[in-house]
Amino acid sequence: MLDHLAYETPAPKVIAGAKDDWELVIGMEIHAQVSSNAKLFSGASTTFGAEPNSNVAFVDAAMPGMLPVINEYCVEQAVRTGLGLKAEINLFSAFDRKNYFYPDLPQGYQISQLYHPIVGEGEVIVDMGPGIGRKVRIERIHLEQDAGKSVHDMDPNMSFVDLNRTGVALMEIVSRPDIRGPEEAAAFVTKLRQILRYLGTCDGNMQSGSMRADVNVSVCRPGQYEKYMETQDFGHLGTRCEIKNMNSMRFIQAAIEFEARRQIAILEDGGEITQETRLYDADKNETRSMRSKEEAHDYRYFPCPDLLPLEIEQSWVDDIAKTLPELPDEKKARFVTEFGLSEYDAGVLTAGVRNAAFFEAVAEGRDGKLAANWVINELFGRLKKEDHSISESPVSPAQLGGIIELISKGDISGKIAKDLFEIIYTEGGDPAKIVEDRGMKQVTDTGAIEAAVDEVIAANPAQVEKAKENPKLVGFFVGQVMKATGGKANPKAVNEIVSAKLGL
Amino acid sequence: MADLNKLTIADARDAMRKGDLTSAELTEACLTEIEGAGALGAFVHNTPDLARAQAKAADERIKAGDAPDMCGIPLGIKDLFCTKGVASQAGSRILEGFVPEYESTVSQNLLDNGTVMLGKLNMDEFAMGSSNETSVYGNAVNPWKIDDRKLTPGGSSGGSASAVAANLCLAATGTDTGGSIRQPAAFTGITGIKPTYGRCSRWGVVAFASSLDQAGPMTKSVRDAAIMLEAMCGHDPKDSTSADLPVPNFEAMLTGDIKGKKIGIPKEYRMDGMPDEIEALWSTGADMLRDAGAEIVDISLPHTKYALPAYYVIAPAEASSNLARYDGVRYGHRAKLAAGDGITEMYEKTRAEGFGDEVQRRVMVGTYVLSAGFYDAYYNRARKVRALIKKDFDDVFAQGIDAILTPATPSAAFGLGEMENADPVKMYLNDVFTVTVNLAGLPGISVPAGLDAQGLPLGLQLIGRPWEEGDLLNIAHEVEARAGFVAKPQKWW
Repeated sequence: MLDHLAYETPAPKVIAGAKDDWELVIGMEIHAQVSSNAKLFSGASTTFGAEPNSNVAFVDAAMPGMLPVINEYCVEQAVRTGLGLKAEINLFSAFDRKNYFYPDLPQGYQISQLYHPIVGEGEVIVDMGPGIGRKVRIERIHLEQDAGKSVHDMDPNMSFVDLNRTGVALMEIVSRPDIRGPEEAAAFVTKLRQILRYLGTCDGNMQSGSMRADVNVSVCRPGQYEKYMETQDFGHLGTRCEIKNMNSMRFIQAAIEFEARRQIAILEDGGEITQETRLYDADKNETRSMRSKEEAHDYRYFPCPDLLPLEIEQSWVDDIAKTLPELPDEKKARFVTEFGLSEYDAGVLTAGVRNAAFFEAVAEGRDGKLAANWVINELFGRLKKEDHSISESPVSPAQLGGIIELISKGDISGKIAKDLFEIIYTEGGDPAKIVEDRGMKQVTDTGAIEAAVDEVIAANPAQVEKAKENPKLVGFFVGQVMKATGGKANPKAVNEIVSAKLGL
Repeated sequence: MADLNKLTIADARDAMRKGDLTSAELTEACLTEIEGAGALGAFVHNTPDLARAQAKAADERIKAGDAPDMCGIPLGIKDLFCTKGVASQAGSRILEGFVPEYESTVSQNLLDNGTVMLGKLNMDEFAMGSSNETSVYGNAVNPWKIDDRKLTPGGSSGGSASAVAANLCLAATGTDTGGSIRQPAAFTGITGIKPTYGRCSRWGVVAFASSLDQAGPMTKSVRDAAIMLEAMCGHDPKDSTSADLPVPNFEAMLTGDIKGKKIGIPKEYRMDGMPDEIEALWSTGADMLRDAGAEIVDISLPHTKYALPAYYVIAPAEASSNLARYDGVRYGHRAKLAAGDGITEMYEKTRAEGFGDEVQRRVMVGTYVLSAGFYDAYYNRARKVRALIKKDFDDVFAQGIDAILTPATPSAAFGLGEMENADPVKMYLNDVFTVTVNLAGLPGISVPAGLDAQGLPLGLQLIGRPWEEGDLLNIAHEVEARAGFVAKPQKWW
């Protein structure tokens, strides 16, 4: 996008404290479940919503002597994601064990990539409105195993464990602290999700837990962030707190807002922020301390001896790069230049890859702007009303394209087109044939229109006199003619003929 | 034929081929012998019914012709190997009642070759020990005896060593993380080879220290080791550290010709306070190889003295993580909980009850060396030492050395209980000649080469180039032939 469209950096969010103005500095860690049928180190299925403990291989349950074997497809997906974020792909990466005890972690360690992640530095442009974009640097992406699920509410005395999710591949996407407000944070997640969905590497479903965010929040006085950016010295920034495991855009914003205000209040009171992990309570709209830095686990990371370092070939990476789809930023820029759309419309149309494909099929060889209007206003509007996705659209691109062609040729008016759209939406059918069969075709024959105009003028002599003094009344005649022709007369032609006949 | 259980694999194979012997007879002889050998504490889970069924199937296969060499050979399997439908406890209370639903690749490979499993063999808990005194089943006992004392068969594969030396089975599987095949082999007068790391699959073998663990055969002869190793090893896609290399016919490589082979004698293995008879055995071994036409070369492996400390950082570090899964949640022992106990109490009580002292000690050491602030000083430094030790070996091999001759152990078998109150580090010294081999991932073999003054067996160790087990076995075969070690323990059990 930067190559095609110029962007301005948005202003950071400023919160006025009791004494001072404060700015927010936010970094995020996004856990994105890799779209893959099998887990990261086992052949067990990753299907969501299966019977508890039905998708569990021996290695997932950490049975004695069981060993992990890397799923090549998950590696490919991570590489694809890295390429999509214009990031460095590390041909050498390695897996480490992160050790801690929890019943939903059968091995007693999570296999992750602390020291040598598979993907290095990249970037995401976060859209904050037409012409405004925040560049967020990606620090790294690593592959790791998801944990299982503890169930505490089935029995008063016991807890249960479901290992279906245990070992499912996650990509942890770590950003630099380049996000400057709650809205930007949500927009960052949205943009990331959009890219991952384009790539097909994560379904981005936050409700089912396919995407979760840890948010690091700190506050600083205006000017401090710029010093950090210049030096990359975190000393210029405030102490951060990490809010764990957020799974909704709304909560992310609310949690950041609360957390920032909490920190500002402490600082303005002369207190200090202690680095800690916090949880967001959506019911109370507050963050609560989960554990302090002192209580933090010592994960005793060390290289996983069951797995050899992951060495991949540049040629393999190149092959994956060749299969990369057009990404949102590029597509948006192309829609602007190729179809003459506004950046806003291009943004709406490229938000989802299927939407964009639908639009392109409609616009192909037709009036792009007109196609955009129809897809966005009529089709999306109608689908939204019925809570349908684009894949459930009863109107095909060919049908909508047909309607647009009829408009462009002047065969039907915009108003008739809306009726036609409604017919096709509910009944289906070929637009041109429907127009023909139901006599919806616009009358452009000036002879016929002249006759109709003459009739209306003859029938309304009083109005004719008035109109000669007040030309605005021409609308009355146009309306009458349209009514007389059943709305099929070309309004532009009617207007011209009425004006001429009235001598206006 | 009498005393069938005393046969070697090679002899039994040949006899079965000729039709002079059936696996059923052989198996029955072993089962009878096992029944009378409770005092040795070698077999801890017996599977006679399974053994008889497997023997029957093996006999049919032999009759049909084209059976593999190992077909019909009755074996003992170390308790560290998971065996489908048969208790597999790794000598630990924490795996009480655990019966795997899967078969380890190595034991499956053996089954595919038609072997017969007589039962599971005693071992130090989680393979941590050098005397088989840390087992939940109690001690395994060395069939060798010189006075009233019961002697250790060594460890951790003590049950395997005892069973093979006492002719309870024709051979056994062992595993070796720091010497656990070679030291007990030396203590009991049998042969044991730890192949190159990656030669045998670790899948289904309860992990102690993943980067060091290797399975191998424990046998009555070098030829048997060659035959059995071939059946055990091979590439396994289920183990990422398993090597995708062809498996040669090791037995065919026992040519008896080692002329021109360069055998290195590392000066750093001459330890202070080493008993004279070990020293003497070592030079005798060198002489034997020289007589066979090999060239004896003095070499230096300068980082040897750091091997034991590095090993006792790396192995416990990996173990502390590998053993985290024994938490009482899914299988094995779970402590009875008091009212109000939560998950933390469940972990603490389960692991306190389930793990013995030595395992707890190593889990704590491992946790410590990996902890924040100590990682670089211990674990990372140990990894660097490990790289240097490997380089020592690479360097001498690059100089043309074919194999390295060392003693297998610093002493003969000691009495059970003698080390009870000793500093644990003293016990660790048993591994001084063997751990370097694991750290470098090399093949190493222990061959019985003589008796000490009291009449207890002593072994020599040969260390080979990576993936050159065939060559190593051939050299060991020559030592075996020239040493002419034929002594057997007197049956007292």
